[in-house]
Amino acid sequence: MATYSTNEFKGGLKVMLDGEPCAIVENEMVKPGKGQGFARVKLRNLNTGRILEKTFKSGDTLEGADVVELEMQYLYNDGEMWYFMDPATFEQHAADEKAMADAGKWLKTEETCTVTLYNGRPLSVTAPNTVMLAVSQTDPGVRGDTAQGGTKPATLETGAVVKVPLFIEEGEIIKVDTRAGEYLGRAK
Amino acid sequence: MSRACAPVDTDAATWQPLASPERLRQRAALLTTIRRFMDARGILEVETPLLSRAAVTDPALQSFAVAVDGTPYYLQTSPEFAMKRLLAAGSGPIYQVAKVFRDNERGRWHHPEFTMLEWYRPGFSVADMLDEIDALLLALELPRSERLDYGALFQQATGCDPHCADQQTLQRRALDFGLVSRDLSRVELLDFLFSSAVMPELKDRPCAIVSDFPLAQAALARIRRGADGKPDVAERFELFIHGVEIGNGFHELADAAEQRQRFQADQAERGRRGLAQRPLDENLLAALTAGLPDCCGIAIGLDRLLMQVSGAGRIDDVLAFPVERS
Repeated sequence: MATYSTNEFKGGLKVMLDGEPCAIVENEMVKPGKGQGFARVKLRNLNTGRILEKTFKSGDTLEGADVVELEMQYLYNDGEMWYFMDPATFEQHAADEKAMADAGKWLKTEETCTVTLYNGRPLSVTAPNTVMLAVSQTDPGVRGDTAQGGTKPATLETGAVVKVPLFIEEGEIIKVDTRAGEYLGRAK
Repeated sequence: MSRACAPVDTDAATWQPLASPERLRQRAALLTTIRRFMDARGILEVETPLLSRAAVTDPALQSFAVAVDGTPYYLQTSPEFAMKRLLAAGSGPIYQVAKVFRDNERGRWHHPEFTMLEWYRPGFSVADMLDEIDALLLALELPRSERLDYGALFQQATGCDPHCADQQTLQRRALDFGLVSRDLSRVELLDFLFSSAVMPELKDRPCAIVSDFPLAQAALARIRRGADGKPDVAERFELFIHGVEIGNGFHELADAAEQRQRFQADQAERGRRGLAQRPLDENLLAALTAGLPDCCGIAIGLDRLLMQVSGAGRIDDVLAFPVERS
C-alpha cells in the first residue's frame, strides 16, 4: 500500500492508524511562527464510526488503507447476512449486521447503495440518501387534523417505521430521507 | 501546506479577487493607522531587501531559494537581520511593513507570502515594549492586552512545568493531547503542547501577551537569569488575539558569539532533520560585533491581524489573490 505524508492528508483519504482503517475528515495546519509545524487531523474510524482527533508532526507518514467504496446492488438477506452484487464484475459480497448498522431497514431488492470494502470485505454499507418505499401499515388519518400538521407512525415495506402526515394511507409510496429517518413527501 | 484546507475553486473565474472590496478597504485603513501611529512616535519607516545571500537557520522556517543571474539568493522569512544592521548603524527606532516568504506553509491561517509589521525600539525594556504594543492595539480599537506568564499558563493547561519537566513527562502529556508522532525533541514537544493545550485556553481572551518562554524556545531572545529559585527564561513574548498567534517579540539578543552558537546549533538540528544547511548571515554577526543597541522588537502578521479585526474565517478572505490564484 502507498504511504501518505501529512501534506497529502485530505478529506476522504483512507489510512491505517493503530491497525484500524480510518478516513480523514479534516486536516488543519498548526504551526507557531517560530516552531515545529503539525497537522491536526480529524479521522473517522471506519470500523467503529468514531471520530478521532490526532496530531502529526509535519512530514510524518501513514500507510494507506485498502479501502474502496463501490456502488453495489442489494440482492437479498438470508436472515444472517446481506448480499450485494458489484454490477461491474457481478461479484457478490456478504455484509454482516455490524457492517449494515442502520442501512438494512431502508433497502429493498435491487436498491443501489455504497458498500465500503476493507481488504475485500464489506466494512460498512450506506443506504441512498433518499429512498422511495411503500407504506405497508398505518392507522387511518383523522379527518380535519391535517391543518395541525400532526403525524402518525407508518411501517414501510422494508420494516422501517417513520412519522408521516395524517393524510398518508396504506399502499402509498413515500420518499424518505435515510440519514434523518424522516418523511420527505409523497412519490410523484 | 494542508491541501485539505486549500480553497475550493468554484466555477467563478479565477482572475477575480477573493477579498471583498470592504476587506481591501479595511487593509488600507489598517496600514494608514499603523503608519500614523509610528510616525507620531518618531519611529522611522525603512525598507530592506527581500532577497538575501544569507538565510535564516531556524529549522522550523523554510526559505525560498531563488537564482539571481545564476547566484543563489533567499527570500526573507522576516526583515529582522537587515533591520538589526540598521539599528547597529545607529538608525534609532525603526519599523517596516514588508512581504515575507515561508515555504511549506499553507492552511487556514498560513499563506506562503504574507505581510509583516516589524518594529524595534532601542532603549526599551520588555515592559516598555508591551506598553507600546498596547498603545497600538488601542489605536486599532482593540482592547488592552492581558499579560500572561508562559510557565504559569503551561502548568495550568498541562500540569507540567515547561522550564524543567523532562522529556518523558512532556511526551506522556503530549500523548494525552492526541500526538501520534514519536521521537520529538524537547522543543518540538513544547511547541506541540503549547499549540494543542495552551492556545485553546486563550480563545476567550480578546488580546493576550504571553511572556518568558522556556530556554529551548529562546529563538533570538536574550536570556534572563532567574533569581530566588526561579528558572532562567528567554525574554520572548507573543501576542494572541482570541487564541491566534499574531506577533512574536524579543528583548533582542545582542551577543555576537552567542548568536553564532545559536546559528550553529540550528544548522546541527537542520542536519539531524535532513534539511539543507543555510549560509549564515555574517553581516548580521558583524553588526552584532560592532554593537547592537539594547533593544526590543516585535513582528506582527498583518494578514492575521486583519482577519481578527474583520472577522474573516480564513486568510484567503483578506488577500486580494491567494497563491492558488496568483
